[in-house]
Amino acid sequence: MSGIGTGYDLSTGTFSPDGRVFQTDYAQKAVDNSGTVVGIRCKDGVVLGAEKLIISKMLEQHSNRRTFPVDRHAGMAVAGVAADGRSVVSRAMGEANQYKSIYGEAIPGHVLAERLGSFMHLFNLYGGYRPYGVSALLATYGKEGPQLYLVEPSGATYRYFGTAVGKGRQGAKNEVEKLKLEEMSCREGIQAVAKILHQVHDEEKGFEMELAWVCEESGRHFQRVPQQLADEAEAAAKAALAAEDMDD
Amino acid sequence: MGTTIMAASFDGGVVLGADSRTSTGTYIANRATDKITPLTDSIYICRSGSAADTQNLSRYVQWFLEQHGMELGDEPEVKTAAKLAQMMAYQNKNMLQAGLIVAGWDKHEGGSVYAIPLGGTLVKTPFTIGGSGSAYIYGLCDKLWRPNMTEDECRAFVIKAVSHAMARDGSSGGCIRTVTISKDGVKRTFTPGDQVPVAAGELPPPQRAVPAQV
Repeated sequence: MSGIGTGYDLSTGTFSPDGRVFQTDYAQKAVDNSGTVVGIRCKDGVVLGAEKLIISKMLEQHSNRRTFPVDRHAGMAVAGVAADGRSVVSRAMGEANQYKSIYGEAIPGHVLAERLGSFMHLFNLYGGYRPYGVSALLATYGKEGPQLYLVEPSGATYRYFGTAVGKGRQGAKNEVEKLKLEEMSCREGIQAVAKILHQVHDEEKGFEMELAWVCEESGRHFQRVPQQLADEAEAAAKAALAAEDMDD
Repeated sequence: MGTTIMAASFDGGVVLGADSRTSTGTYIANRATDKITPLTDSIYICRSGSAADTQNLSRYVQWFLEQHGMELGDEPEVKTAAKLAQMMAYQNKNMLQAGLIVAGWDKHEGGSVYAIPLGGTLVKTPFTIGGSGSAYIYGLCDKLWRPNMTEDECRAFVIKAVSHAMARDGSSGGCIRTVTISKDGVKRTFTPGDQVPVAAGELPPPQRAVPAQV
């Protein structure tokens, strides 16, 4: 990496001659090198799935959370620097809570996404700060229906039918595009996400899959997918991939 | 601001009503006051208590609602306007004398009426009355109120109730203003003093030299 941004990449407060803020690009790199996180918006809710790479055999299962509730109707999955991710989640919780205490109702998805984007963008402006090394997938289910947002380290926000970030994002996005999301229920969605995560996982190390959703079946509450459903989805995913391998 | 204010919901919207007297002691400072103030195009507030307090509070709520509408990208809801007014009333309860009624129409809930009495409680009701004159019409309103009235029936109910309050409360009088809010927009009516329905025992108003131009 040395040599590319020499001199112009030392501070967030410096542009390069060709108009880049290198620190923002480097933050994006932190996200690109992390475990894959996939999000899809089905007809009755949103499903988020994270590929948690197992860094040590001594790690207990279900530790190292990657999905977090932000409010009853909203939650996030983060990719990139895990500790940065926790800070962003904490901010989102604060925004949601403050909105409810002032306006008396749940924060709409686009308002939360834009506030989070504004917040993360701050750290791309000043030399004293570095950008958050986090991309956050935000799932909400409010009056506007189910929505999926992506907030990048630069502070840019996007609303997606389906997307992926992290190591396996290219492959994952290709697979997501093949899905007929408007016809899919979240039950089918968790199967699809499980399959995609297993497909794009680089087989060297093991990984643990973490699934979360907010949908009709969960009463429009953001929660971890119940263990039984998650296990079934994982088993089905592995079976489907094994079958495809045999077909080849 | 001794006053009579009220708001009632009907099938498809709300009707807000008020008298028009602002008094300082026995002197009537303004006999044609408009106590029904817009917060947004489809949400209005009835003001009772200190005129200064309620005018300034309404200005703050207008501002907050406008900012909120920009962030939301949509028309604010009546519930939100009521919540903001309540927040101001409660957090400043030691300094304010403001009895408020927030009512309007939004696409999620249709017509809604919210009462915010002196302490800063927030109560959603099918109809509510406020101000010094309201004390005299609790019985009348309880008797006359029906759910799912038509727009015209509701407006007649409001005008009748306010006129009875004006007959008994020295701090209420003048003319009756109503504002009707529905999905079709906002309609204002003005009942001049000599056309206010006469309550039992009242003398009819003196004949005008020139008819009122409404």
